[in-house]
Amino acid sequence: MRCRKCTQNAQVELRRHGLALCAAHYLEWFEAQTARAIRRHKMIREGDRVLVAISGGKDSLALWEVLTRLGYEATGLHIQLGIGEYSERAYEVTTRFARERGLPLIVVDLAESYGLGVPELSLATGRVACSGCGLSKRYLMNEVAREEGFNVVATGHNLDDEAAVLLGNVLRWQTDALPRQGPVLPEREGLARRIKPFYLFTEREVASYALLRRIAYQHEECPNATGAKSLLYKEALNRLEERMPGTKQAFLEQFLKKIQPILAEGLGAQEVALKECERCGAPTTGETCAFCRLWDQAYRRAKKRKLLPESRAFEPRPRARRVAPEEG
Amino acid sequence: MIVRAPEKRELEVAGNRPLEEVLAELGINPETVVVVRGEELLTRDTRVREEDTIEVISAISGGHGALP
Repeated sequence: MRCRKCTQNAQVELRRHGLALCAAHYLEWFEAQTARAIRRHKMIREGDRVLVAISGGKDSLALWEVLTRLGYEATGLHIQLGIGEYSERAYEVTTRFARERGLPLIVVDLAESYGLGVPELSLATGRVACSGCGLSKRYLMNEVAREEGFNVVATGHNLDDEAAVLLGNVLRWQTDALPRQGPVLPEREGLARRIKPFYLFTEREVASYALLRRIAYQHEECPNATGAKSLLYKEALNRLEERMPGTKQAFLEQFLKKIQPILAEGLGAQEVALKECERCGAPTTGETCAFCRLWDQAYRRAKKRKLLPESRAFEPRPRARRVAPEEG
Repeated sequence: MIVRAPEKRELEVAGNRPLEEVLAELGINPETVVVVRGEELLTRDTRVREEDTIEVISAISGGHGALP
């Protein structure tokens, strides 16, 4: 098929938009659509300082690339999770990307900061790896932003990610989570604004962008992701999408537009007042934040299992190191 | 033709037909992959030739708590 805008051969087809584009016009379209999402939701405003969470996968690296091309100064944050060779390769890919483009990067190594990586954390707490990992990443994104003076945290969540989360929440009618989902989570005391500029691109569209831009991203999946429910939800949604193009976008967008406001009102969803965690000062609804509770428990059990020396005390403050563009 | 599928599988399948048919035969949903021939991304209507080698790249990632 031919590109809609010129006579070149089309390389990416966007069935839900009735559009097919050649490489050059696709890259242009993708960047313009990102700029539009940022404008439409006022994701980034004059004077904001942006931290972009970088895993080394296609979504986060593509996001860093696009933000930079759109003229935003975004500093990367890579969290070294300690999941064997997978994490080592993620670190290599991320530092190489930053170095090649001269972009500022902050790295927090979980094992360096807290003595345990994701596998040991899982072993010590008896919780599945993804639960401690996700909680720690969300906490560290916000803490590093707070300490380093960033008021915006950008993540590469795409349409498939968001539609899968929505489906999971709908299947169980999670009335606590449904009112909170969206492309922008506003700034609150101690909480950076969380933005998802890619929330209307399908996973295939982001991968196409990354490949056409020749971004060397990590293709392999986290070994812990095997069998994750989110993958099952994505598969189900993609079967629907194949038969009915536009399903994923309509599902998410119409929910955000029509249902979420009614839901929030009906539930009388009020913002719970935030306090400061007595251990680390991070915003929390209780006395101690979930991160400190998780790691306190992990330390107690890790010492029993001799994974940590008895003398080691849990220090919540992460050790963030700046990787200058010439290092890594 | 040769298909390099995800998880390092290499398969030999019949060519001279639209990519869509090749993916259907392999049980791959076109929405979940990007297909590459050399430097070029292929749309589902592209006719793949007998002498082609194509690479099927999975677009789906998952299981990460917070960072994509």
